[in-house]
Amino acid sequence: VRPVVVALARRALVNALRRPQFLAPLVVFPTLFLALNVGGLGATSGLQGFPEVEGFLDYQLAAAIVQSLLIGGVTSGIATALDIEGGFFDRLVASPTPRVAIVLGRVLAASVIAAAQVVYFLVLGLVFGASIQGGVLGVLCVLGIGIVAGTGFGALGVLIALRSKSASTVQGIFPLVFVVLFISTAFFPLDLLTSPADVVAQYNPLSFIAEGIRQPIAFSNELVPMLEGFVAAVVLTACAIGFSIVALHGRLRDA
Amino acid sequence: MRRNLQTIVALVRRGLNEILRVPVAALPGILAPAIFMLGMVAVFGKASTLEGYGGVSFLAFILPVSMLQGAGFTGAATGVNLARDIERGWFDRMLLAPAPRPVLLAGVVASASLRALLPATFLLAVAFALGVDWPGTVEIALAAVLVMGLAAAMACYATLVALRFRTQQAAPLMQMGSFIAVLFTSSYAPRDLLAGWLGAIADVNPVTHVLEGARQGFVGDVTWAATWPALVATTGLVLVFGALAVRGMRRQGL
Repeated sequence: VRPVVVALARRALVNALRRPQFLAPLVVFPTLFLALNVGGLGATSGLQGFPEVEGFLDYQLAAAIVQSLLIGGVTSGIATALDIEGGFFDRLVASPTPRVAIVLGRVLAASVIAAAQVVYFLVLGLVFGASIQGGVLGVLCVLGIGIVAGTGFGALGVLIALRSKSASTVQGIFPLVFVVLFISTAFFPLDLLTSPADVVAQYNPLSFIAEGIRQPIAFSNELVPMLEGFVAAVVLTACAIGFSIVALHGRLRDA
Repeated sequence: MRRNLQTIVALVRRGLNEILRVPVAALPGILAPAIFMLGMVAVFGKASTLEGYGGVSFLAFILPVSMLQGAGFTGAATGVNLARDIERGWFDRMLLAPAPRPVLLAGVVASASLRALLPATFLLAVAFALGVDWPGTVEIALAAVLVMGLAAAMACYATLVALRFRTQQAAPLMQMGSFIAVLFTSSYAPRDLLAGWLGAIADVNPVTHVLEGARQGFVGDVTWAATWPALVATTGLVLVFGALAVRGMRRQGL
C-alpha cells in the first residue's frame, strides 16, 4: 500500500503546485486577516481579561495558522472532487489500487502542505516581530499539532468530496470555515467572546487545537493546553480518515 | 438617447433576472457579509468598550462595513458573470449590437448597483433584529447611495479584470480587490485605534471616506463634513474605474 500512497500523494502535490490558484487562498486570505486583525484590533489586548502577551501578533498567529489549515482542507476536498468529476477517480477504482490508498494518498499530500503552511506563518510572524516563547521545542510542538490538524482537515475535505462528488459543493463550504472559526477561541480569549459564541467555543475542538498551537507561541511550553490541542487534532484526524474510508466504500458500492 | 436608455434598462433587467432565475447563486453574496458581521460581533464585540468607539455597539460599528462588503461582492459577481458571458460568446454577440460601449457598460454597472441593495437590506434587517437603532430615513438613504456607488465602482473594476483575463478563473482577483479596498480602512476600529501602518493605508484609501460616510448615521449624527468626502470619493472611484472599463470595452473586438 505504501508505494501507492506515496505515488498518489506526489501526484496530488505536483497538481497543487501546477495550479497556484488553488494554493494561493491558503496563504493570501489568512495573511490578510492576520494583518487586519493585528493592525485593526491590536488595542483590544488592553481589554480587561485579555491574557498578558508580548504582542498581539503572537496571539493572532495561531488563528492565522488554524484558518490556513482549514482552507487547506477545503482545497484538498476540491482537488478530490475534481478528480471525481474528471474521471481520474473511476480509472483509479478500475485499477488494482488498494482502496484505502486513494484516501490516504490525498491525506498524506494534505499533511505535507500543512507542514509548509505552519512553517510559512511561523517565518512570517518572526519576520514581523513575533516571538516564539517556547523556543525550538515550542516550534516543534506547533508543527506537530499543525500537521496533525491539517491532515484531519484534509481528510474532512476528502470526506465531503466523496459524499458530494461535486467541486462546487465543496467550494460552497468555504464560508463555513469562517463560521467554525468565529465560534472558537482561535481569534480571541474565551472570557471576552460574546454569547452564544462563548458557549459553543468551550466545546469546539478547534478551540483546543488553536489554544494548543498558541500556547508555545504566545506563552510557554505548558503541557496541558498543548496536549489537549494534540489530542483534539489526533481524534479529529482519526475520525475524519475513518469516515472518509467508509464514504469511499459507500461510493464504490453505489458505483 | 432614448435608445441608449432602452439598452441600459434591458441590460439591467437581464442582470436582475438572474436573481429570479437562479436565486441560489445570489445567496453567497448575501450570506458571506452576514456571516462576517455576526462572526465579528461574536468574537470582537467587546472591543467597542474601548475608548475611541464612543460607546457605540460593535454591531452598529461593523454593519456599514458588511454593507460595503456586500456591495464589493456584488460588483465582483458582475465581473464573474461578464467573464462567463465572454467564455460563452454572448459578450461577442452583444458587441455586435449598434450600441455605444459606454452604454453597454452602464447597463452592466447599473444592474450591479441595484443588486447591491439586496445584501444591504438583508444586513439591515438582521442588525435591526439584533438591536441596532433605526438611524433615520436620510441616514439610510445616504448609506444606500454610497453602497450603490461602491458597487458600481467595484463592478467597473471587475469588468476591467474580466475583459483583461476573459475567464471566470480570474474571479479571486475581482473579489480580492474589493476585499482589500473595503477592509484596509477604519473597518475594524476608529482611525485613532489603528496601528500606524494600517492608519496610513486607511488615510490614503478613498474607501475609508465611503465607509465613514455610510457609518456616520449608525454611530452618531450625519454631518456635511463627513458626507461630502464620501460622495467625492465614491464619484471619483466610479469615474476612474468607469473610464478604465470603457477603455477596456473599446479595445474589445478590434
